[in-house]
Amino acid sequence: MTPVIEVESLWTQFGDHVVHRDLNLVVMPGEVVSLVGGSGSGKTTLMRQILGLEQPTRGTVKVFGIPLQGSSAQLVQKIRKRWGVLFQEGALYSALSVFDNIALPLRELRAFDEDFIGDMVMLKLDMVDIERRHASKMPADLSGGMIKRIALARALVLEPELVFLDEPTAGLDPDRSESFVKLIRSLHQKLNLTVVMVTHDLDTLVSLSHKIAVLAEQQLIVYGSLKEAIAVQHPFILNFFLGERGLRALSAVGASVKLSGKD
Amino acid sequence: MQQPSAPAVLEPEVRQARAADGATAAALSGAWDIRALESRARLLKSQLRQLAADPGRHWDLSRIQRLDHIGALLIWQAWGKRRPAQLALAHGHEVFFSNLDSAAAAVPAAPFDPLRLVRALGAAMLLTAEHLLGMVQLIGQILIDSFGLIRHPLRGPWREISASLFRVGTQALGITALVGFLIGVVLSYLSAEQLKAFGANIFIINLLGMGIIRELGPVIAAVLVAGRSGSAITAQLGVMRVTEELDALSVMGIPHTVRLILPKIVALAIAMPLLILWTSGIALIGGALAANTQLGISVHSFFIGLPGAVPTVNLWLAMGKGVVFGALIALIACHFGLRVQPNTESLGIGTTNSVVTSITAVIVADAIFAVIFSDVGISLS
Ligand SMILES: Nc1ncnc2c1ncn2[C@@H]1O[C@H](COP(=O)(O)OP(=O)(O)OP(=O)(O)O)[C@@H](O)[C@H]1O
Ligand SMILES: [Mg+2]
Repeated sequence: MTPVIEVESLWTQFGDHVVHRDLNLVVMPGEVVSLVGGSGSGKTTLMRQILGLEQPTRGTVKVFGIPLQGSSAQLVQKIRKRWGVLFQEGALYSALSVFDNIALPLRELRAFDEDFIGDMVMLKLDMVDIERRHASKMPADLSGGMIKRIALARALVLEPELVFLDEPTAGLDPDRSESFVKLIRSLHQKLNLTVVMVTHDLDTLVSLSHKIAVLAEQQLIVYGSLKEAIAVQHPFILNFFLGERGLRALSAVGASVKLSGKD
Repeated sequence: MQQPSAPAVLEPEVRQARAADGATAAALSGAWDIRALESRARLLKSQLRQLAADPGRHWDLSRIQRLDHIGALLIWQAWGKRRPAQLALAHGHEVFFSNLDSAAAAVPAAPFDPLRLVRALGAAMLLTAEHLLGMVQLIGQILIDSFGLIRHPLRGPWREISASLFRVGTQALGITALVGFLIGVVLSYLSAEQLKAFGANIFIINLLGMGIIRELGPVIAAVLVAGRSGSAITAQLGVMRVTEELDALSVMGIPHTVRLILPKIVALAIAMPLLILWTSGIALIGGALAANTQLGISVHSFFIGLPGAVPTVNLWLAMGKGVVFGALIALIACHFGLRVQPNTESLGIGTTNSVVTSITAVIVADAIFAVIFSDVGISLS
């Protein structure tokens, strides 16, 4: 089975500031991987490199088994149709209405008629729980949480196999976070979606992810299940998972995790 | 763990069949997802449409191997946006059709408006009035805030003024010099030909001196500055609106008229007359050099003759124009910058409008100057 994402001995350096030192990451199809780490630990940078928006200093990144560097533009273009990306700030095109934002990737395919596109957009709006009357609004007239959900609808409109989510639940109310988690989970079951997300929201993280990748000290110090992550003795992990908030989130999902050194 | 989606794309297929009880049936198989449908959506849709024309047909979708929302929607649309009575689905594919029934009610189209043109004309006129009103309000606000400044001169935006002066003045020296020089040369060449024909070589000094100092220098410098600094000011204020920086200033109680707009107006009102002198000077040098080669008038005698040909009051007139043009450009640029809506398209439109309006305003103002001062500084020695 080919991994969806393969990052091999990746180095990132800005001037003499090393962000990633010999980092390796393999994501298999159908996995939900959460990337966590302190502020400035290089999560966004790593995600941008997997997306081909930035070049690593050294090392290779393969998506669907195809290296992003050195492949033909056509091949990379094909990959880009198979993934969906939710940017941290949504990145909706401010000159287009909500409807046109979601319709844009579909129209770009030139395979479907407007009637089809219209129904598809409405379907996706339903999916992310946005009322249809908002379809004609401009992005500047939306709330932050709505922007995020519409951006998610846009990311999902081409039925991607791989989805990147940068801080998907930041800025959503608890209800919406909950329904977001449900949405991702149901999509994952329906379409066998592979998900890579950056999140600081422990509830989302604990309830969705199969694997947790902890970025610290320029490397992945842990890459494994929640249980494995918690077992590691590292100041970041102790603060993040076993702090007051972390414990609350863990107990809320009834995680039958043995909390090492804390109980 | 589940099997991953197989890499090979299985062809989506539609076949006519016959159900057990003898009714017509349709059997769909293969992959009905976006990857497979991308290239054949239209063909498949028309095939499905034909089959769906028979309302009693049985639909067997149980042999579809891969399905997503795109495929489901395509099939469902061919059915006429409702499920057929006889339908067999593969295990787990029910979910793709379950939320479709609510998708039927699409967005209502905008109704046709026969008065569209009239409305557009009215809207344009109201917009013009709104612009004028906004400009007057801006001037008023700036005046009010400036009075506050007179009482507390130390709190003035002196650093901002100095920074703006550098940007709109010093950094514009190169481009205005280049354009001024070339215009001087071209003008001199053209006039030299005509003057030679009349044997009036020496009048090149009057012609260039009057033309450049009184009219061309100010207008050229102003047009260049409008394009260069006017657009920059509008874009800067516009981006600050998009990124909510203007709102951040407001909630801190820092009036943006004083911090952002006043410095630009003051800086341009100071820099513009100086730039005009500079541009005119360089243009005259260019003209003198060309006159030297064309007519044999030495550069030295050109500049000796200049004060006699052009009364000094013309310099003051040019400087006065400079102050007015500079303030106008800054005012218009700021006005359009503040009106930018928080989206990228509005930013582009605002910048274009700002430059077009300020160049027009400069030329209109120049015409007004020409009428008012028609008998000032024009003497035929
Ligand atoms: N283009 C760049 N030039 C120089 N340094 C950069 C650049 N991009 C990122 N960095 C540095 O790389 C480090 C990692 O940045 P990154 O944005 O990936 O952090 P992050 O893990 O996403 O943090 P956060 O959780 O705060 O979003 C930071 O120290 C940042 O200053
Ligand atoms: Mg980040």
